[in-house]
Amino acid sequence: MTAITLNIIVQGLLTGLVYGLMALGLSVIFGVMRVVNFAHGEFAVVAMYAAFILFERLHLDPLISLLPIAVAFFILGYGLQRTLINPFIGRAEHEQFILLVGLATVVINVLLIAFGPDARPVNLSYSFDSYDVGPLIIDKVRVFAALAALAVSAALFLFFRYTRTGTAIRACADNLTGAAVVGLNVKQLYAVTFGIGFVCIGAAGALMETIADASPSLGPSYTLMAFVIVIIGGLGSMAGALVGGVLIGVSEALAGFFIQPSMKSMFSFALLILVLILRPQGLMGRRL
Amino acid sequence: MLIDRSKFSRRTVLAGTAAGTAVLATPSILRAQAQTLKIAVLLPRSGYLAQAGQSCHRGALVSAPVLADLGYKVEMVHIDIESNPDVARTQAERAINEGAHCIVGAFDSAGTLAIAQVCEQRQVPLIVNIAAAPQLTEQGYKFLVRNFPTGQMLVSGGLQQLKTLISATKVEPKTAVFLHANDTFGMAQRQGMDKLFPAANMPFKLVESIAYDPKAQDLSVEVTKMRSLNPDVLLVVTRAADAIKLIRDVVRQKFQPMAILSPGSPGLYDEEFFKALGPLADFCAYALPWANPKSKSSQALEAAFKKMQPDFRFPIECFNVGFTFDALLTAADAFKRAGSTNGVELMKALKSTNLVDHAMIGPPITFDEKGQNNNIPAAVVQNRGRVPTVVLPADVATMTPVLPAPPWQGRT
Repeated sequence: MTAITLNIIVQGLLTGLVYGLMALGLSVIFGVMRVVNFAHGEFAVVAMYAAFILFERLHLDPLISLLPIAVAFFILGYGLQRTLINPFIGRAEHEQFILLVGLATVVINVLLIAFGPDARPVNLSYSFDSYDVGPLIIDKVRVFAALAALAVSAALFLFFRYTRTGTAIRACADNLTGAAVVGLNVKQLYAVTFGIGFVCIGAAGALMETIADASPSLGPSYTLMAFVIVIIGGLGSMAGALVGGVLIGVSEALAGFFIQPSMKSMFSFALLILVLILRPQGLMGRRL
Repeated sequence: MLIDRSKFSRRTVLAGTAAGTAVLATPSILRAQAQTLKIAVLLPRSGYLAQAGQSCHRGALVSAPVLADLGYKVEMVHIDIESNPDVARTQAERAINEGAHCIVGAFDSAGTLAIAQVCEQRQVPLIVNIAAAPQLTEQGYKFLVRNFPTGQMLVSGGLQQLKTLISATKVEPKTAVFLHANDTFGMAQRQGMDKLFPAANMPFKLVESIAYDPKAQDLSVEVTKMRSLNPDVLLVVTRAADAIKLIRDVVRQKFQPMAILSPGSPGLYDEEFFKALGPLADFCAYALPWANPKSKSSQALEAAFKKMQPDFRFPIECFNVGFTFDALLTAADAFKRAGSTNGVELMKALKSTNLVDHAMIGPPITFDEKGQNNNIPAAVVQNRGRVPTVVLPADVATMTPVLPAPPWQGRT
């Protein structure tokens, strides 16, 4: 039973890291711009379809195609912020909410029209392979996806810590007025931030395509999952998003095994309620 | 305003009332005398049941020319219920308001239950194509007929057929785990299993029943749980998308049961399943009602299907298309006999249905007083060479069944 339990924890941990990367995008955008992206999951599904098309047409493994997808998503995010989101910065939250929910609805319906409702898998040569580590059996795709998620997250941490643009973005997040006073181009930095948020979505979507099959109906559930993760981890905290992802992945897996698999998502929400009661700012968030 | 009392006589009032009644009654009289039956086909063509809903939709589309060739006058309106019972209820209301004489649908039990309530209130017949929840025909609906087995009928017929399969293949499984979706259909199957398995005298013991969420990302936890129990047989009640997830995780976790069997559920025979899994889809077996290749209706349906879906690998989608066609045929036949689109008249004709030639294997379609067809036999179908193949009963089988299933590793 111990080996099986350990196996469950490892599987949950690996899946949780990919969830964490997806939630990271939401956290970055909110942390800097105070805009909650309600179309987050829907764009992750767009990335899944992008990975699917690149695999079908060019036989590109999603672990490789995540790079061009991430670049394309940066451009998409940047463009969206400059054209659609920017006019809503500083406006009432319900207006931002309606805008992004509307965008999410459009995205899902365009996907439905373009691809239909069928699930679209990528059948990689190693899709069904696994590693035997002692008594543990670990899926190859989950290991690769988790490692890639860690690599993308590390690159983002380094970008925000060591580059001038990253430092400027952090300055905007810490003190918007101060950043504007010292001459930072806030509009430009906001667009870059939105682009970076979309890089996370693009990369996570491509990685999710190795674990789950692309389908338009996944969008809303991914948005909800990203919200749960960032609220548990701390809205605006990058490390918190990863920790939240891992916590959700592991707790869902353990609850599914020890209680009932159909009740596992209930545990994410139970965890969410617990965090909201005991530490409303999230596990790694700053008290407001 | 002044009223000229001399002109406002008792006769004037009577004449006015009669004229008013005639005007108000005109739409229903016209409706009752319509030359064409307007059928609203409500199916989950998007959302998590979309794959099966689309398959049934193909069945409805291909049925139109076949029914026309058979001399039936029907007009179909195709409506998506988005795998959502609330949408199903609203769309049923809308369809009836827009003049639908009857409704056919809706693949999913929850959606069908929502439509049944509307049909009952509006006195418009509902002909269920696919939906197994027993309450559909147990709650006293007067405007509903179902040419589809209830969950218990599916499980009961399924278990009997699986017993025959085990005996025919001479395997000796000792234990089984029952894995089922936790939606309305899956839970109905679970209730059927809980009730019928103890008395079914199966050659194996059911060690656990596991419910899963059909919207889950993957079934790795469920498979790990099953692996820890190490059963000889997996009894599954799935949908297409989660059947793929199940096999994927079973292979990844190197779990090799003797057989993966379904006592009656979708998933294992869908084209999506074969596309995603290739040779790994083979040797799964399921006991289900299936299209009868020898019936005239099936042959006509097959020819039309080939014309409409030239790229489709199978001659026909034997479950979803077959049942959808039979539901539409039942409605069209009732309309022909009733000579009216009035709901009460149509329902009377539906209840006295006796359709000898239809698409699915089985005796003539008839309904009991509750609106249920109790004579829908199951066949055992096994995936062989990426094609669902009838393996039992022997008189209609095209191949002999193979169990235990060969190892996964040799197949990839």
